[in-house]
Amino acid sequence: MSTATIRSLPGLAALSAVLMGSAIAFALIVAPEDADQGISQRIFYIHVPIALTSYFCFGLGAWKALNLLWRGDQRYDLESYVAIHQGTIFGALTLITGSIWARASWGVWWTWSSNQLVLFLVLFLFYCAYFMLRFSVEEGPRRARSSAVYALFGVVLIPISFLAIRLAEDFIHPTVFTREGPNMTATMFATFCVSWAAVTLLAYLLYRVELAGKRLDADLRELREALQ
Amino acid sequence: MTYLADVAALTRKDLRVELRARDTLPAMLLFVVSVLVVFHFALPEGTGDDAAYGLLWVAIVFTALLGLARAWVPEQEHGVLDGLVLAPSDRSAIWLGKTLATLAFLLTAQAVALPAFVLFFAPLDATALAGVLLADIGICAVGSLMAAMAAASRSREVLLPLLVLPLAIPLVVGGVGAAISPDGQRYLLLLALYDGVFAVLSWASFEYVVTE
Amino acid sequence: MSWSQAELVAAAYGVVFVFVLAYVAIIAAKLVRLQRETSELLELVQAREAAARLDPKPTVDAPSGA
Repeated sequence: MSTATIRSLPGLAALSAVLMGSAIAFALIVAPEDADQGISQRIFYIHVPIALTSYFCFGLGAWKALNLLWRGDQRYDLESYVAIHQGTIFGALTLITGSIWARASWGVWWTWSSNQLVLFLVLFLFYCAYFMLRFSVEEGPRRARSSAVYALFGVVLIPISFLAIRLAEDFIHPTVFTREGPNMTATMFATFCVSWAAVTLLAYLLYRVELAGKRLDADLRELREALQ
Repeated sequence: MTYLADVAALTRKDLRVELRARDTLPAMLLFVVSVLVVFHFALPEGTGDDAAYGLLWVAIVFTALLGLARAWVPEQEHGVLDGLVLAPSDRSAIWLGKTLATLAFLLTAQAVALPAFVLFFAPLDATALAGVLLADIGICAVGSLMAAMAAASRSREVLLPLLVLPLAIPLVVGGVGAAISPDGQRYLLLLALYDGVFAVLSWASFEYVVTE
Repeated sequence: MSWSQAELVAAAYGVVFVFVLAYVAIIAAKLVRLQRETSELLELVQAREAAARLDPKPTVDAPSGA
């Protein structure tokens, strides 16, 4: 880890704090109340950006994994792992906020009729298995490559699972709830964009912090070995 | 076509090993029939055929998992895999050979299990059978790669189902849909898409999983 | 337990906040560990230097020094 990349972290954190603060102000105060759903529509501004960020993290993890397999550079292993770790944290948050939204909109904590929620449950299980794989294989290039292959399977699984869950609606439950009405006002859309930017930047910040910590850890271990 | 010859030789090797040792196939057969009997008691009277089709898919997935858990054991026990990896053939041929051998075991087990299912529970039409075949291809293709990954870990028996089950969910959707939906063709298309995409991905990535 | 809509909105935002706080706590715990390990290594180096100063026959530069 070069010091230059760590040095940009405080600035990034400050920017993230400002953006997150304004996103919350926009979402809870500035944005007008939704005519149909009332106040519970405000969950949209945190739930959907988190879900999109989670996809983005899984995609980033797979991209780093592809780089690892293509170039054979071990540093991509850690980057892929940290990105997927972030994706899983945000995936868990998507499940929790989605569950709260289901309670607010439909009066139940869980519903199989929300495709996004079901997809996130599948992905959450898939990426938990990713961590099981990593923790039960000895560290080394083979573990790095196996994890990378599994991470690549993940991004291919996302669209195929989505398709499958859409198709499964036919025989599991014929009615579909629609969440986001097409009539979003300009302020609502702006709020959504600010929230999305804030959550994405937060995820990126956490990714960088965790990566810096992991690299510090590795450096320290090397230093210890050199001294002893 | 040396590639196809390699694949054929590797598949023959697996089938011959199984014929001699009989480690996997009898276990799969016994397992799937036992599961069907358990289902009879697990399904309350009057649950209907749809529930039975759903449980058939649980049986198929777990039978495949049972076969896959044994897939790389002979190679592990005798250190054959290292030799195969060093052999002057394309490494993906190893994956293809293993996939075909596992598929042969699974189809043999189903040649008993599906008639038993029809006898015990509900009829199966041509679309449902096509669904079974396509899903078998998918689960063997993905599963033999995942089993190779899990074989390198400390807890391979526990790890394999965890790796495979989330990946098998679209297959279960496709298979159940093909069996019970009046518009089964769409589900067959989903299964075919799954098979194509994941077979190519597994074929291309196997090399990275087995080399040291 | 019945929840009002506003409470549910607060819960959704609160959960995210708690997750971020938990993340900070984990990072803080990690920093404590890293700090401890660094000070251990520092002590090791200092002890080694002190031993080198006390020892009249340092092993490394013995040929040139004598």
